[in-house]
Amino acid sequence: MLLQALAFYVFATVTVASAAMVVMSRNPVYSVLFLILAFFNTAALFVLIGAEFIAMILVIVYVGAVAVLFLFVVMMLDINISEMRQGFLKYLPIGIMIGIVLFAELLIGVGVIGDSSETLTALNAHGPQVLAGDNTRAIGRVLYTQYFYLFQVAGLVLLVAMIGAIVLTLRSRPGVRRQRVSEQLYRPRDQVLEVVKVPTRGGV
Amino acid sequence: MAALDRAARSFLLTELVMGFALTFKYMFKAKVTVNYPYEKGPLGPRFRGEHALRRYPNGEERCIACKLCEAICPAQAITIEAEPRDDGSRRTTRYDIDMTKCIYCGFCQEACPVDAIVEGPNFEFSTETREELMYDKNKLLANGDRWEGEIAANLQADSAYR
Amino acid sequence: MVADLLHFFTTHWLGQGIVIFAECLLVTGPLLLAVAYMTYVDRKVWASIQLRRGPNVVGPFGLLQPMADGLKLVLKETIIPSSANGILFVIAPMITFMTALVAWAVVPFGDGMVIADINVGILYLFAISSLGVYGIIIAGWASNSKYAFLGALRSAAQMVSYEVSIGFVLITVLLCAGSLNLSKVVLAQSGWFWNWYWLPLLPMFVIFFVSALAETNRTPFDLPMSEAELVAGFHTEYSAMTFGLFFLGEYANMILLSALGAILFLGGWMSPIPLEPFTWVPGLVWFALKIAFLLFIFSWTKGTLPRYRYDQLMRLGWKVFLPVSLFWVVATAAVLQFGGFLPVPGK
Repeated sequence: MLLQALAFYVFATVTVASAAMVVMSRNPVYSVLFLILAFFNTAALFVLIGAEFIAMILVIVYVGAVAVLFLFVVMMLDINISEMRQGFLKYLPIGIMIGIVLFAELLIGVGVIGDSSETLTALNAHGPQVLAGDNTRAIGRVLYTQYFYLFQVAGLVLLVAMIGAIVLTLRSRPGVRRQRVSEQLYRPRDQVLEVVKVPTRGGV
Repeated sequence: MAALDRAARSFLLTELVMGFALTFKYMFKAKVTVNYPYEKGPLGPRFRGEHALRRYPNGEERCIACKLCEAICPAQAITIEAEPRDDGSRRTTRYDIDMTKCIYCGFCQEACPVDAIVEGPNFEFSTETREELMYDKNKLLANGDRWEGEIAANLQADSAYR
Repeated sequence: MVADLLHFFTTHWLGQGIVIFAECLLVTGPLLLAVAYMTYVDRKVWASIQLRRGPNVVGPFGLLQPMADGLKLVLKETIIPSSANGILFVIAPMITFMTALVAWAVVPFGDGMVIADINVGILYLFAISSLGVYGIIIAGWASNSKYAFLGALRSAAQMVSYEVSIGFVLITVLLCAGSLNLSKVVLAQSGWFWNWYWLPLLPMFVIFFVSALAETNRTPFDLPMSEAELVAGFHTEYSAMTFGLFFLGEYANMILLSALGAILFLGGWMSPIPLEPFTWVPGLVWFALKIAFLLFIFSWTKGTLPRYRYDQLMRLGWKVFLPVSLFWVVATAAVLQFGGFLPVPGK
């Protein structure tokens, strides 16, 4: 138990610290790298509470794909830091407000403020009844039965977003010669290649 | 039918498989490379390797300090100083070749009227320092003594074509 | 006395720690040796395809060549370019090397021979292999060199693209095996060698192998370090042991993906013929043989195929492998569901 507690405090501290560094570091590339560290430690925290499936998915999706694209964009962009800092004070009140709202919601959810027993029972009524077996199976049971339609709708929303992104960026310019690989591969030899016996001094 | 055939060929990766089969077959063929430090390829009699200054059979050095080689050397790698010897014959007091400059064109050998400077069959004369590649007369004469047999045989073999 | 020791090593946290540490050493040591000799075998295979001899001077048949190369890398001077980002520049090869090593924690070498037999072994391997890209991308950025940066960008885009098709391949295997645990995946393939998943899922095996080539930046997908265009890609600025770590990590990754291929498609530690004389051979040997077979195909590919152009690489990943693997996932699921082959949960 002691080791577990120790691990929890280490991971939690690193998570919070790196989350703070995401906002505070001057170099945007460092920000993204600290974000990755935060993701990673969050995954470790998930493992500690026994939610290994969510931990792995977090690493695969956020660290392995999303953050790579972040890093990609941030490295390519020529970001002027002083320019970015200009709007800082203007947006500060809104940022603080959002932060307070989120924090309050968190406190109510955990049950520090208000009567927690009601919310918890309400949550439990909708939550998965049986958590038997490994949590991969438990999540699958809930996701593909109780929340099946919501899951499908979420997929559709993503599909629409993807098609939208493609439609927005797809340009079809006339007069562009494209490589058509299948055409090239399927060219039969007898149609394109002719072996000619050239007479000496005759030319073709 | 032809379309089906093409589709089947492309899905079964026939061309890839053929390529892999070919390289697999090559894996068991005899090696074409020479196992160098233990085996060496044959050298022609005109091979232009390390320089040497030759002597006559009686031990007299051939070079008469005519400086034709110095004049023709395109890389200006050769430096010669000459004085009459005590017996009155014209001989070099200094014959240096900067092997780092030399381009091994063989012009010095062509220019020499007495077959004194030649490029021998030796090509394994790499050194650890740059200074060792500044050859002086003693080094060149020693080379001549060491490789005389091979050099004479090469000159003999090539003489029919000159 | 013996009982006391046993008690200490199985229950006390320090004893357990020592056991785990020893297990890690037991995996890492042979792995690094395998990496060293993988470079040797690689060079020998390429050489014989090109009718050359390969390394044959250092030691008998050149067997000490990897040691000599390693010694050279250790003894050389580590150069950190003055305009590079010093910390990230040094961290990057460590990330590549470490991710290649930590993934081995869940690989089952035999029945029960695994450091951490976790429930989500496949996902763990997938997650770790997707982390490897950070070493490369950070190296490219921290080098502050255009070649390195271009190499890193290529590599990142390439690895992210091919991870998608690897993911679908993993899903297909999971559907057939009914578990995310690597040992259970192997046990699900027991029987003769045509029961292993390579035959029923042959297209997925091919896609997996090609994606593995792309993931490890091997020919024909070695664009991140294509010497004709990018000098050496993301490790252009690296020298001595920082380069050595990249090199080791790359080969360890290759061995890892071969091990994954052996587990998912070639029945892991299972004997190909489940009869008396063949089952006497320890599972570890079969597993090693299967990995060696896949690694040989890695080298063979490098000796056979030329390098892809970058748009061709992307086309293959997104327009060929993605639809094919997606179709195959659906087809496999349909066959399992309606053909009555669904694996029984909990078995």
